[in-house]
Amino acid sequence: MQSLNFQQIWRYQDHLIDGTLHTLLLTLAAALIGTAIGLAGAAAVRSGPRPVRWTIRGYIELIRNTPSLIQLFIVFFVLPNFGLRLNSFEAAAIALGLYFGAYSIEIIRAGLDSIPGSQMEAGQCLGLTRWQVFRHVVLPPALRNVYPAFTGQFVLLLLGTSLASQISAEELFHAGGFIESRTYRSFEVYAVICGIYFALVMAFKLLFAAVGRLAFRWPVGR
Amino acid sequence: MPLVDIRNVSKSYGSARVLDGVSLEVNEGEIVTIIGKSGSGKSTLLRCINALERIDGGEILVEGRSVRTDMPKLREFRQRVGIVFQAFNLFPHLTVERNITLAPVLNKRITRGQGRALALDVLERVGLADKIDAYPAQLSGGQQQRVAIARCLAMGPHLMLFDEVTSALDPELVGEVLKVMEDMARQGMTMVLVTHEMGFARTVASKIVFMHRGRVREEGPPAELFANPRTPELRSFIASVR
Repeated sequence: MQSLNFQQIWRYQDHLIDGTLHTLLLTLAAALIGTAIGLAGAAAVRSGPRPVRWTIRGYIELIRNTPSLIQLFIVFFVLPNFGLRLNSFEAAAIALGLYFGAYSIEIIRAGLDSIPGSQMEAGQCLGLTRWQVFRHVVLPPALRNVYPAFTGQFVLLLLGTSLASQISAEELFHAGGFIESRTYRSFEVYAVICGIYFALVMAFKLLFAAVGRLAFRWPVGR
Repeated sequence: MPLVDIRNVSKSYGSARVLDGVSLEVNEGEIVTIIGKSGSGKSTLLRCINALERIDGGEILVEGRSVRTDMPKLREFRQRVGIVFQAFNLFPHLTVERNITLAPVLNKRITRGQGRALALDVLERVGLADKIDAYPAQLSGGQQQRVAIARCLAMGPHLMLFDEVTSALDPELVGEVLKVMEDMARQGMTMVLVTHEMGFARTVASKIVFMHRGRVREEGPPAELFANPRTPELRSFIASVR
């Protein structure tokens, strides 16, 4: 058996850094797209007209019950046939954004449903518009209630960006494959890659905890 | 012209007729107390006055204008008609100050500084100026209800509706809320309230309305009504709450 040798890996640190940055960028882009879809979708699923609600439900079921990898391939390989030409990073951001969006809708909807109707009524009685009630009365406590679920889904998204390597998006896992093909040091490469994913997730968890403390400062009712 | 003119109003939930031809007038400065067993339609009637519930028949006029859930300028109307609920319904994520100033800052275009002055002013009227920076969860039930009243007062209402506002409170906290309402009554606020507090109804109300099965069965000044109930329903109701 070979002895461990991390030195060879270290020579490819530029690839590792570049891959890590792209993984971060891809995660944030998909999270941004997905959160926007989640907010709009959750609001529409609760109070939109029936055809809109059905369309959204169909989208959620389709995304959640099919492999993410195939969704990624469809965006990257099939959409160009309809004239939408995307590079691998853009395709991955869109596919993963759609994936994150489907879960976000369900999470945010659960949060909105957790707010009693009497809160909305109180807002209406003060002469607030429907939008103002949603934005200022319902949304903040709703988000607090589902913040742990939402950040958990974000972690799954971050880990899921490794799929993008399959369409040659140059993220962290893709960098790992490249280094392995040059060094034949499979164990060392994937140990390092794994460590980086783990560190990223831990960093985000700390960040989310801090953001949560800042954003949701109010004491909870008794 | 009465401030509130309820004319032959009816409303059903499915086959249950909760309001069955209710007529009632509330004049400016009057304190009208609606009493009756639970299920008699009194809370529903109150909620209809604020267009929180749609009526199926008849008409409700407030300040001469017909009240409907789809009426024009519904939001402006609601700013003039304050309603306080049994469960307080404060916004848990906002401080007392922001609870009070949320609507004025958003819709009456006052600054944050003016908002704080407004909040202090209405909080003084309910005796809670020192709680301006507290969150609802840090207050007792009685204090929360007084903040809810202050939040309504900040809108400068012409009419206040109270829907069993002391029913969710511990007995020792009821008094502080009733005292605030008495002060408002003394200052001439027109008020319609649904309550089980017969003592309060007796001493503060200018008119008592007794509802039974979706109808107004008796109405009149409290002394008269309590001393000489004309219907057997009111007689048994008075006996049951005493």
